[in-house]
Amino acid sequence: MLKILKYSFFDLIRSRWSYVYFLFYLLLGFVLLFLNNDVSKAVITLMNIIIVLVPLIGTIFGVMYYYNSKEFTELLLAQPIKRSSIFLGQYLGVAGSLALSLIMGLGIPFILYGLFQSDAIFDFTLLLVTGGFLTFIFTALSFNIALSNENRIKGFGYAVLLWLFLAVIYDGIFLMSLVVFKEYPLDTFSLAATILNPIDLSRILILLKLDISALLGYTGAVFKQFFGNNIGLVISIAMLSLWTILPVLRLSHKSKRKDF
Amino acid sequence: MIEIKDLHKKFGKNQVLSGIDLEIKEGGIFAILGPNGSGKTTLIKSILGMVIPNKGNIIVAGNSIKKTWKYREGIDYLPQIANFPGNLRVRELIRMIKDLRRRSADEDRLIKMFKLEPFLDKKLSTLSGGTKQKVNIVLTFMFDSPLIILDEPTTGLDPASLIHLKRLIQEEKIKGKTILITSHIMQFVAEIADTIVYILEGKIYFKGSVEELKAKTKQTDLEHAIAAITTTTDHA
Repeated sequence: MLKILKYSFFDLIRSRWSYVYFLFYLLLGFVLLFLNNDVSKAVITLMNIIIVLVPLIGTIFGVMYYYNSKEFTELLLAQPIKRSSIFLGQYLGVAGSLALSLIMGLGIPFILYGLFQSDAIFDFTLLLVTGGFLTFIFTALSFNIALSNENRIKGFGYAVLLWLFLAVIYDGIFLMSLVVFKEYPLDTFSLAATILNPIDLSRILILLKLDISALLGYTGAVFKQFFGNNIGLVISIAMLSLWTILPVLRLSHKSKRKDF
Repeated sequence: MIEIKDLHKKFGKNQVLSGIDLEIKEGGIFAILGPNGSGKTTLIKSILGMVIPNKGNIIVAGNSIKKTWKYREGIDYLPQIANFPGNLRVRELIRMIKDLRRRSADEDRLIKMFKLEPFLDKKLSTLSGGTKQKVNIVLTFMFDSPLIILDEPTTGLDPASLIHLKRLIQEEKIKGKTILITSHIMQFVAEIADTIVYILEGKIYFKGSVEELKAKTKQTDLEHAIAAITTTTDHA
């Protein structure tokens, strides 16, 4: 598996798109920091961008890479290599190189700005950790979609729909149900609904660390109580890990049964 | 070498293989023939573990191939359509496959034989179909495995390369290897094959030597014998 990972990783690192992605974050980091002059505010703005963009890029890259490397995959399948290691190696190669672009692209400007002297280092680390998780989650989901759909157009369509659902539509439904059921106590429901969506979970996790939960009203206080302590953080990280592990397991399971 | 028992494979509603029983002994050249869509490639891919059968069993070198992959170390496979990752160079591809198989290989002799030296530093996406097929042949024959599977090896080759390919196949046969070939070029098959396996509608229709096939169909050349095989055996 490590060999496949190595080849996929270097293949991607050499590709133009990895550089574009890396340079985008680099530029974003510099602009936000030096225009804002405030690490905490820059982290919030970055969060808003990362929460939407990272899943989108992970999804698109994952689907694109899977379909584009079909020939490579078929070549590998006839070699004495375990099937699941071919797919897991490719997956880790894609997700790893995307996560590297993200961490390097944002890390460099922040370090140059003097992150280590600032007290925002924990918030920033949390931002990168959730960004990394989102990359691995959405790349895994998109690999699953691509593996189950021979038709590229369909695969692309489903992948984008999935992103749209988790990033936009889910929140819409969530908000609507809050309005409709406003007569009832909703804090447990809100908490559960937030935990079930990796994008919402990441957002709340960062917001609460930034101490602006007062803006969220009563539910914010409930959230603060839940996420603010260590158990909440552990549960959140566990949920994000679960979101990563389950699609990866399905990927390895499905790949063993597929015909090529 | 290979034993196939009651092999069934369905793609959706399309029944491709319906009960293949085939034994391939060690040593010699076996040609798998059949009309388009008769299941030749599916059969080969089942042996390689790329297609997972619905029913039946395949035994390669004494071991069932279900849920294993180690046995592929003893197989060299030439795929039908030479699709390679386009952004790799020929040299990189050869090095990568060697690295993945962790085996020594004599690619230099083959590169010289097929005159591929000028293409070594070119990207695979820029190569012509015939050149790609030559790269494909180099990748297949550079290892020394007891079983060689060739799916349409002649596609796109010029006459000189075709002669080299035939010589290569004969050399491997002399070394005592088992070689499976599919092809639609009957002249090529008649020249090199020891045994012919004819598949029709997912079943083995005929297995025997070229001479037996000619005698059975009362034809003098292989091309006509193959064309006549379905009608003659129906009457018999």
